[in-house]
Amino acid sequence: MQWIYLIPALPFLGALLLVLASGRIGKTGVTLIGCGSVGIAALVTIVAGLQFMNSGQAGYVQHLWDWVSIGTFRIGMDLRLDALSLVFTFVITFVGFLIHVYSTGYMADDPDFARFFACMNLFVGAMLLLVLGDNLLLLYFGWEGVGLCSYLLIGFWYKDPANGAAARKAFIVTRVGDTAMAIALFLLVQHTGSLQLGTVLARAQELWTTGDPTVVLIAFLLLGGAVGKSAQLPLQTWLPDAMAGPTPVSALIHAATMVTAGVYLIARTNALFVLSPSAQAAVAIVGAITLLLAGCSAFVQTDIKRVLAYSTISQIGYMFLALGVGAWSAAIFHFMTHAFFKALLFLGAGAIIVALHHEQDMFKMGGLRKSLPGVFLVFLIGSASLAALPFVTSGFYSKDQIVWLAGAAAGGNAFYSLAAVLGAFITAAYTARMIFLVFFGQEKTHVHHKPGPVMMAPLYILAVLSTLAGFIELPHTLGHLTLLSDFVSPVLPGVVTVHGGVALEWGMQALTLGLVALATWLAWRLLAAPFPDGLKQFLKNGWGFDDAYNVMFVQPFVKLAKINRRDVIDKIYTGLAAVTRGFHRAMSATQSGILRWYVMGIVMGAVIILSVIIWREYAV
Amino acid sequence: MMNTTMEGLVLAGILFVLGLISMLIRRNIIFMLISVEIMLNAAGLAFIVAAARWGQPEGQVMFMFILAMAAAEVSVGLALILQIYHQLKTLDSDEASKMRG
Amino acid sequence: MGPAFYIAGAVAVLSTLMVITRYNIMHALLYFIVSLLSVAVIFYVYGAPFMAALEVIVYAGAIMVLIIFFVMMLNLGPQTAGDEARWLTPRIWIGPSILCLVLLAELVYLILQPTGQAGDVITVDPKAVGMSLFGPYILAVELAGMLLMAGIVGAYHLGRQKKKILHRFLERTTE
Repeated sequence: MQWIYLIPALPFLGALLLVLASGRIGKTGVTLIGCGSVGIAALVTIVAGLQFMNSGQAGYVQHLWDWVSIGTFRIGMDLRLDALSLVFTFVITFVGFLIHVYSTGYMADDPDFARFFACMNLFVGAMLLLVLGDNLLLLYFGWEGVGLCSYLLIGFWYKDPANGAAARKAFIVTRVGDTAMAIALFLLVQHTGSLQLGTVLARAQELWTTGDPTVVLIAFLLLGGAVGKSAQLPLQTWLPDAMAGPTPVSALIHAATMVTAGVYLIARTNALFVLSPSAQAAVAIVGAITLLLAGCSAFVQTDIKRVLAYSTISQIGYMFLALGVGAWSAAIFHFMTHAFFKALLFLGAGAIIVALHHEQDMFKMGGLRKSLPGVFLVFLIGSASLAALPFVTSGFYSKDQIVWLAGAAAGGNAFYSLAAVLGAFITAAYTARMIFLVFFGQEKTHVHHKPGPVMMAPLYILAVLSTLAGFIELPHTLGHLTLLSDFVSPVLPGVVTVHGGVALEWGMQALTLGLVALATWLAWRLLAAPFPDGLKQFLKNGWGFDDAYNVMFVQPFVKLAKINRRDVIDKIYTGLAAVTRGFHRAMSATQSGILRWYVMGIVMGAVIILSVIIWREYAV
Repeated sequence: MMNTTMEGLVLAGILFVLGLISMLIRRNIIFMLISVEIMLNAAGLAFIVAAARWGQPEGQVMFMFILAMAAAEVSVGLALILQIYHQLKTLDSDEASKMRG
Repeated sequence: MGPAFYIAGAVAVLSTLMVITRYNIMHALLYFIVSLLSVAVIFYVYGAPFMAALEVIVYAGAIMVLIIFFVMMLNLGPQTAGDEARWLTPRIWIGPSILCLVLLAELVYLILQPTGQAGDVITVDPKAVGMSLFGPYILAVELAGMLLMAGIVGAYHLGRQKKKILHRFLERTTE
């Protein structure tokens, strides 16, 4: 376990080497460094994880050095390995490694091969620092690091201005949330005097009673940060545009890891949310609404990557819903399975896109079942998991738990249940539609080259994981296995169920099964059916959020910027300078070089001073 | 009304102001030097009057210093005027205004 | 104050007026010598005979003669006097004169403020002056000596006739 510093250090080192040595080490060298650093980090994670599980500790903190030390206020470069960070670290390094391997095939022809891997390594390093950091400042450092990397990677093909715009949008929109989070950290320092996670959470419980306005404010601000990074309502608009980056980036950042940072943050600071029930309810409401809105938008997209982007938003909505009702471990479980199957789907989509020569429109695909049977198989597995096909997919087990707990947990109610069930229905519908459009029907675009083994191998591994990862946690009705919940129980409080027991769970499972079947059938039927054009356009544009933000924020800001183009505030200072310059001119005009004028000045001065003296001392 | 001291000081004031007027209205640089001499002389007179008023030698001591200073000033001032005359071929002080600010 | 003061004072003021209104430098200098001599008389009246002697010897004798020799050396002809006549128009002198008269009025007003005791002339004999010059003021005397030395060196250095070297700014304007 003493090697855990290697886990973030290796990808950072890889990034540094790639930046410094790019162009000198060739493609093989880049591949070795890029994949190797993440691969070794994954191995270290597995070894450290096994040691950690055997040791039976609740958490292991490694102090590297003092980062900030001001008086009694100390922030150490401390890494923390516990159940929560181990789950995240495992997913990040392992899925990250698979995506790196896949990228060597996907990006093989790109001239900026080295730059791509440098950014990817940097991203993995930052993300690992985020989840391993033992204090909130380190967490924030990683948080901003992944923000930077997502900017670099979304705008990877920077020659197209649209990609640059998408990158800027992602950066600026998440910045809104980051600002809220920074304020939350300031408040925490002010009130608890520390940023160290354990201290903050312990002090919070001493300082505040449940519902105290300060802790509610902090929780809401943290939620703001989480909402920005995890692309939830109302800051979800950046994620669909973020699909401008290369597909492996979408898989790594915008599906498997980065966007779940918000989930991690809320799970990590669960004590604060437990203390502020209104903020926790807000988390659930945000999740519930987001999962429905994004699901509806996913149903009408034509771009395969945008479908997946909206489905990501929707699935993270599920995680937020779980966090909001107090089902912490269910959210982490869904994060894990989602990371596997969403990475699988994105990489599968990437394989299709490359095979069709960068064609992303689903209506120009079709019939790929026969020409790409391998991709079809894994994509089907991923889709089944996404749609929560009962009993055989991991997605079913994780989502079923959330659907059940949305109603049954302490914070749950019927509205959340309804939203979760409806979400499952919509998810199944758009997933089925995507499968039908891409793999069935007439072949519209010819497959020009099939993905090689280097791209297919990660897909198979992820397909296996997408199926098997679900079996570590089985519902009450089906064997009742709770490996993950038990594992994370030292970090995350267990879920309290109040609203009904096994009967409700049976009912929910039956309902979900029925709805998935119905949705698949409906998707098949509706494939060719006309859809109201206006509504379709509205949904396709993500409920008009972009336009609304454009009118509400962007345009006023641009107007203000135009008004202030000449810098109104600066006028004071330039004015000051101008007045001074004027005085200077006036004064230097008196320096005529004519001696008599100088004498005149002296005489005038004498007269004035004498007048003042006479007036003050003698005038009555 | 006027005592001895006041009379002497008024005379010194009149002489000083005459020197000042001369300084202001003349352009010839030698005249300006003479104006300075008039003013110095008036100041010396004021010191002598003050010495007589208090019966102290300090006033006369000051006059001797003024005398020494006037001698030094005239010698250096004349040398400077000589240079200006050689350079500009005129004694007009307004001509020597090239170093304006 | 006796008539000696008033007569000498009137001569001093009148001759100074003549100094500042002459066009010819030589005339002005001669009037200035008269002015200095009358001021010497006033010194004598105020009980400072030694200073009166110094005034005549150093001021009227040495300094003025130096200026006269200088003017003669420059050989300023009637043209200079003509320039002076041209320059000294009422438009030039009226403003500064009024200003200076205001200054004079203020000075006189301040001088004439009642001071309590009426002072009489107390003669200070040259011995007392010498005692204090070489007693408490010895440092100042040394400084005055150094000033005169600097004056001599400076006058020699500045007054040396050398090959005419124009300053670079002047050179440019004369082109």
